[in-house]
Amino acid sequence: MSLTLDEVRKVAKLARLEMSDADLATMQKQLSAILDYVDQLGQLNTDGVEPLAHPLPVANVFREDVIGTCLTPDEALANAPNRLADFFGVPAVFDTDEPVSH
Amino acid sequence: MSLTEKTAAELLALQAAGKASAVEITDAFLASIADRDQKVQAFMHVEGANAKAVAAVIDAKRKSGAKLGALAGVPIAIKDVLCTKGIPTTCSSKILEGFVPPYDATVVARLKAADAILIGKTNMDEFAMGSSTENSAYKTTRNPWDPERIPGGSSGGSAAAVAACLAPVSLGTDTGGSIRQPASLCGIVGIKPTYGRVSRYGMIAFASSLDQIGPFTHDVYDNALLMEIISGFDPHDATSVNQPVPAYTKTLNDKVEGLRIGVPKEFFGEGLDSEVEAAIRTALKEYEKLGAKLIDVSLPHSSYAVSVYYIVATAEASSNLARFDGMHYGHRTKQKADLIGTYAKSRGEAFGKEVQRRIMLGTYALSSGYKDAYYLKALKVRRLIKNDFDAAFEKCDVIMGPTAPTAAFKKGEKSDNPLAMYLSDIYTISCNLAGIAGLSIPCGFTKTNLPIGLQLLSPPFDEERMLRVARMYEAATDWHTKRPTV
Repeated sequence: MSLTLDEVRKVAKLARLEMSDADLATMQKQLSAILDYVDQLGQLNTDGVEPLAHPLPVANVFREDVIGTCLTPDEALANAPNRLADFFGVPAVFDTDEPVSH
Repeated sequence: MSLTEKTAAELLALQAAGKASAVEITDAFLASIADRDQKVQAFMHVEGANAKAVAAVIDAKRKSGAKLGALAGVPIAIKDVLCTKGIPTTCSSKILEGFVPPYDATVVARLKAADAILIGKTNMDEFAMGSSTENSAYKTTRNPWDPERIPGGSSGGSAAAVAACLAPVSLGTDTGGSIRQPASLCGIVGIKPTYGRVSRYGMIAFASSLDQIGPFTHDVYDNALLMEIISGFDPHDATSVNQPVPAYTKTLNDKVEGLRIGVPKEFFGEGLDSEVEAAIRTALKEYEKLGAKLIDVSLPHSSYAVSVYYIVATAEASSNLARFDGMHYGHRTKQKADLIGTYAKSRGEAFGKEVQRRIMLGTYALSSGYKDAYYLKALKVRRLIKNDFDAAFEKCDVIMGPTAPTAAFKKGEKSDNPLAMYLSDIYTISCNLAGIAGLSIPCGFTKTNLPIGLQLLSPPFDEERMLRVARMYEAATDWHTKRPTV
């Protein structure tokens, strides 16, 4: 199964990965080769086979709703690329120039 | 024999007999790292002064007669995918450059509680994606048996650290073979426990339905010892299973009576190196001498495992790695952009090529219009692969074969061909898909003195017997005593 350059560009957009045209072209070649290999799965008849998403028969796990220890604001913010007071500074979600400041 | 060539069990015995202190042991390993790691390049970060301080506390505890943990005074290296409080944790990725976790992974907390000494963090393929450790964004780890060759991956740093005697034991993670394959290529013991046996809390997730943490050691006893410490239920990981942890070290030397070894013909087909095959056949004969019975079994869907894996693992990774968006921690682009643009630039700048490739593949496999053809199809074939194992284990107690199709390959040999690299995990991947346990033990060398590993696969939660089976062979051979000249 080969992918077109446009398809690769669309997947990169969905994956939130900005890449150069040259990288997109390489990706197109490599992903197509991998998908060609993976297409062997199509040879198998899997009618009526239950999908296996997880090796364990996982069920919801409940616990008592009790307060445990948690990170302090300083600990939680220690790795922030842009700390603004006790908040994470982020670029504006809408179309403005400056990050939100406090 | 110098301190650094000893096993954890020997280091514990030396301390108990008053013949070595935790400080002396730690100093010896730090000196070994200072001397040899420039050649091996196993470590991302070394805990010098802190490790010595912990060692001094353990020596003082011993002197005072206080109760000591099961790994007291034994240094351990930790793969850089596991969070260590106050110690940089990068996943060998630029996107986590400078990240310092505010908490310990459960396995790290358990090792600390057992009085182990965290000596450093080890290099790996970025986000555990790779089979050679060449995908690290920082350095290329060398195979201690031949510096021109790769140590395997993705836990190549942890495997090389133990093989080169830079640490007596280490932890790795295994999503498709990332413990067993480097253990095989470096001539040491590595286990992938049953899915759910060891808590994944604090492990930076790659593929959540496949990932497991496990130890690298020189021998099977040390492996059993580490497994006793790190296994067991953890309320922080809802997929960790609440089942008692057997005392693996206590039963290790109990003979397995009437052992039935399943030998799948699919593990001896095209692509298997003849020297590797010969070593595996010889190991199987050794088992027969020890009273085991070899039984032909079949895993008919083996040839689909790599395909299923590269859909399932990449789909899960594309979702797990969405958290690296440059907002709360990790790399954020310096370029000016809106929110979505900031995500895309941060990720495009700081994820390496293989990570981007896998995120792309996983995103595609989950995308509208392709999900049924790829992801759902892969999950169905995953069921067939698990059914193969269920059927095989009705006829045998353990399955054996090669861990990897070849011994260690040369640096750069497969780096331009992702598919060829993926195929080096051909014998290890199905174990993760089925959620069963696997172990690699040294079973010989090629003519050019490269280690070969024998893989054991066992039914879920049957590590106790699998370790005993591995020990049977180890007790009759001396491969595990070999150390490379670095």
